[in-house]
Amino acid sequence: MEKNLYKLNQIPIGSFAKVKGLNSKGPIRRRMLDLGLIHDTIVKPVEKSPAGDPIAYEIRGAVIALRSEEASQIFVELIE
Amino acid sequence: MGLTSQSTGIGALKEMFEIELESFDDIVIALAGNPNTGKSTLFNSLTGLKQHTGNWPGKTVTNAQGKYIHNDRQYILVDLPGTYSLLAHSVEEEVARDFICFGKPHATVVVTDGTSLERNLNLVLQIMEITDKVIVCVNLMDEARRKNIDIDLKYLEKLLGVPVVGSAARNGQGLEELKDVIEKLVSGEIETKPKKVEYDSVIEKAVGKLKPYVYQLLGNKINNRWVSLRLIDGDTKLLESIKDYMDFDLSKYQLLGDKLKSIYTDFQRKNMKLEDIKDSIVSSIVRTGEDISRKVVTFNSKNHNDLDRKIDSILTSKRFGIPIMISLLGIIFWITIEGANLPSEILAKGLFWIEGKLTDLFISIKAPVWLHDALVLGVYRTLAWVVSVMLPPMAIFFPLFTLLEDLGYLPRVAFNLDYYFKKACAHGKQALTMCMGFGCNAAGVVSCRIIDSPRERLIATITNNFVPCNGRFPILISLAGIFFAGSSGVFRSLAASLTVLAAIVLGVVITLIISKLLSKTILKGLPSSFTLELPPYRKPQFGRIIVRSIFDRTLFVLGRAVMVAAPAGLIIWTMANIRINNITLLSHSAQFLDPFARLLGLDGYILMAFILGLPANEIVIPIIIMSYMSKGAMLELDSLTEMKGLLIDNGWTWLTAVCTMLFTLNHWPCGTTLLTIRKETQSWKWAWISFVVPTITGIIVCFILAQSVRLLALV
Repeated sequence: MEKNLYKLNQIPIGSFAKVKGLNSKGPIRRRMLDLGLIHDTIVKPVEKSPAGDPIAYEIRGAVIALRSEEASQIFVELIE
Repeated sequence: MGLTSQSTGIGALKEMFEIELESFDDIVIALAGNPNTGKSTLFNSLTGLKQHTGNWPGKTVTNAQGKYIHNDRQYILVDLPGTYSLLAHSVEEEVARDFICFGKPHATVVVTDGTSLERNLNLVLQIMEITDKVIVCVNLMDEARRKNIDIDLKYLEKLLGVPVVGSAARNGQGLEELKDVIEKLVSGEIETKPKKVEYDSVIEKAVGKLKPYVYQLLGNKINNRWVSLRLIDGDTKLLESIKDYMDFDLSKYQLLGDKLKSIYTDFQRKNMKLEDIKDSIVSSIVRTGEDISRKVVTFNSKNHNDLDRKIDSILTSKRFGIPIMISLLGIIFWITIEGANLPSEILAKGLFWIEGKLTDLFISIKAPVWLHDALVLGVYRTLAWVVSVMLPPMAIFFPLFTLLEDLGYLPRVAFNLDYYFKKACAHGKQALTMCMGFGCNAAGVVSCRIIDSPRERLIATITNNFVPCNGRFPILISLAGIFFAGSSGVFRSLAASLTVLAAIVLGVVITLIISKLLSKTILKGLPSSFTLELPPYRKPQFGRIIVRSIFDRTLFVLGRAVMVAAPAGLIIWTMANIRINNITLLSHSAQFLDPFARLLGLDGYILMAFILGLPANEIVIPIIIMSYMSKGAMLELDSLTEMKGLLIDNGWTWLTAVCTMLFTLNHWPCGTTLLTIRKETQSWKWAWISFVVPTITGIIVCFILAQSVRLLALV
């Protein structure tokens, strides 16, 4: 499972990734899960803000912007 | 009608939630749903103008209720706050959950977005765990069709086990069907068998153990399975709500506590931490939604969101994102300034014509001169001034602004600016509250409710005053027009727009600096988590925009201004007409303030005008002019040239104009805003701090500028 895991905010725009783990705790963890970021969910970074952070991700049909603080706690695997 | 708490079980709860029932036959329908699903449009279309908004008892969350009649019965529609979930415990989610659970509405309609059904099913499934009386309304069907998304509503109905209605609320489609289905569900003609989310077998077993105990204590008054799940989930907020609304303290029951403890020991033996349990519960709900969505939704075109992404790639791009944002704002100001000129003039002429008639009337009934002067030259003239200066720009500015809101542009502003707010240890949504502040700071303060973290909400509240509201725009606009515009016509308004724009950018920079300062001093803390949805762009509805912005905003702000301007007019007239040693009270006060004001690059009259302008900033310029003319009443100034002459005769330089503009941007909030802050924060302390912070900022900024310009002998 440890093979090729990236932080979500390191994934290039337009690529697809699969959620493999969450490091966040407490209410933030709950919020991330509520967004649908559960195991094996496919996420696609779609847009960077002008300063490069936050980044908008397509998650289960919705576009959600996350700051690097939250996105770096989400570990993903790149899908070819 | 006054229903007493003893009336019925339902009546008591209705009273606790302050639902306005007119008779016991009234049917109460809760309207739940994610934000951006068109829930409010649906609410407005169903209830029309029969609405009433307030706050949920004890909460700073808006509570909107409306009525409609269907087949001779009255339905009370309660618009719950838009939430994505009922599990994450923001105040909004708590309010929504408590009303569905303890308010016992006859039915709950969950409004969902047809273009992203999967995400919306999360909330639907959670609500179906609390109550059987659920109707799912799949809204924005027209958008879905446009994006080539097919939704099998019949199959969805079968899978969910509750009625499903498709709608396009903006075009009024599906509303009649929805009303019929609500009627049938309430009357029992339609029975529901809500699909229950199946959890991990360990959790299901635990629920099975706990449920009988919950039943023993609470009976059938509440869904036992759901309460058991929440107990296992470690949800203490629900325990508090059960205590509040059902007068029952579950935590006192030893047996239940013991059972729960033994369940946790079981989990531990299986090597499952509380966190794993929580994860597993949420995951099961999300997976169930995913599964249902996969079965009923067909995306016929893979690129259905391409256009949105293309627009976003320009509007939020590194190179163009922020310049486009600033230009859009600039264009709005330009249209407002340019467009408001003529109507302002016509309005002023009309209102002063009426003044003439009023004077004639006073003469004809032989009223005393002082009464005429106080009422007509004091009260009426102030009112006329405020209306003619404020109404046209607002009637242009608010619809333009609502247009941007309706298009879905505002979340992009928050997205573009979040990085800078994060640096200031504040929240990206603060940008949205500032946008509202352009209209009216009191409205801006109320909108701070969208920020969950109390610390960041306070920062947004205290700094909201750094964006100039509609009452202060006229000061900026007229001074910019007088001192910083060369030629006439279009160029005049262009240069003026740029000056105003510069003032606003400065306001944003000051907001960020002060936010940072607050975060490092009295509101210490780290930025909270930030999640922001960028909803699809939507075709705006011009009719609704105009109605909404005129009624909800323009008339509201104007009404408020008129209410404060009338008594203020009387006070100012009195001060300008009572003489001590042949000098008016106004001049006495101004002379007293003069030495201090000069340090700030102002003069005593200007500072006096700002102080008297506390009820409403709209009257600052009229007071300055009135004082200079040393006439006892405000004047009609036909042209800016005349005004320029007057100001220069009274010693104004470009420095005075700049300092006055800076002080306009940075001084105490108006009375209404202060009262709103007191109400929103439940404390005078924060209202007081909101008074002091911008005032000190203004004094420092003006002092430094005035002194350095004088030192360098630039004036």
